[in-house]
Amino acid sequence: MSVESPADALDPSKLIACPACDALYTDRDVATGETARCVRCHAVLEAPRRTAMTRIIMLALAALILMVAAIFFPFLELEAAGRIQRASLLDTVQAFSSGLTAPLTFAMAALIVILPVIRFLALIYVLGPMAFGHKPARHAEFFFRLADHLRPWAMAEVFIVGVAVALVKVAGLAHIFIGPAFWAFVALVIVTVLKDNFMSRLTLWKTLERRRAS
Amino acid sequence: MEDAGTAPRILTAKQAGLVGCTECGRVHAPGVARCTRCGTRLASRDTASLQRVWAWLFAGLVVYVPANLYPMLRTTLLGKTTESTIFGGVVDLMHHGSYGVAAIVFVASIVIPVSKFIAIGYLALSVQRRVQMSAHKRHLLYEAVEFIGRWSMIDVFVVAILSSLVQLDFAASINPGIAAVSFALSVAFTMISALSFDSRLIWDVDVGVNENE
Repeated sequence: MSVESPADALDPSKLIACPACDALYTDRDVATGETARCVRCHAVLEAPRRTAMTRIIMLALAALILMVAAIFFPFLELEAAGRIQRASLLDTVQAFSSGLTAPLTFAMAALIVILPVIRFLALIYVLGPMAFGHKPARHAEFFFRLADHLRPWAMAEVFIVGVAVALVKVAGLAHIFIGPAFWAFVALVIVTVLKDNFMSRLTLWKTLERRRAS
Repeated sequence: MEDAGTAPRILTAKQAGLVGCTECGRVHAPGVARCTRCGTRLASRDTASLQRVWAWLFAGLVVYVPANLYPMLRTTLLGKTTESTIFGGVVDLMHHGSYGVAAIVFVASIVIPVSKFIAIGYLALSVQRRVQMSAHKRHLLYEAVEFIGRWSMIDVFVVAILSSLVQLDFAASINPGIAAVSFALSVAFTMISALSFDSRLIWDVDVGVNENE
């Protein structure tokens, strides 16, 4: 590694490296509404949006409320031979709780409920103070990293497809009714996808740094 | 960001003797331990990355075997208990005529996991220059693996929903089998394997080859 070559000429603070492929770019301001992508790997570098922070907070709050509804209302109802069996999201999580499959209970609870909730709370904690013009909260950097790292593990949308498959499997066996919690959960997935589309990681990091300094 | 016309000549932070942050893109001089903007641990390249990729991949492969051999579902209909494996479940669905759902389960529990094992292994081998592959193809393969991995979890969720819903005592009941645990572990391990992969390595090999020419 030759440190003498262009390194001395380049000022690190005026550069930006693509997080996915390490390509270097000069860091300039991207206009609101525009999207800057890496030329080589097409990863989104920056995508500032007007009122993005407020929107992300609102969507995260909406998702939290929907999650509460999804947990406590009946999710699916099954009627067979005059008997009605109700299953809430909690019952689904506890499906593995007996015998050798018990550890899966924790995994299910984490993937469907706990990790998504932690992500929503972390985002609100990080962006909330900033949206109202305050300085970022203590350890905001840690929580923003946490929210980002948990993203692949929050599997609400995978769960919805699982529900669809399960419905078809049982449809021949009994009558199935879809409860209010199911729709709450579908709405939750849509809100989550919308929220993640508003999020431009690099833009938010730069905002966080600027607000921290000021 | 830059003009698309100048695309072929790309300078990476490593070539410039600098270190880029994989979380927030901030560039640092070499020797800085943690990113000043976001606090992420900095490394020009994650040197242990491929070791971790291989370790988690083999772990995923090992637990995928019992996931296929042991029953995923235990169905009791009128006192008669039948156990079905992942593949058996797909065959059952086809007998019932629900080909669409059979296809989803087949793709999610068999096609995706198996092709993921192959894809991650191939990716790691090609970065280590054991097999030839262009950086662009490697990049596409990596994106596909990253995107698709979590969808294998569908079958575990289906088992959970079925066993919580179908509990009608004598008439019909469905209970999860031990394969659900090993399958979930297999999906988790291969996800960790894919996440351990330092995506900047994808582009390094080609750059090195070009420089030698």
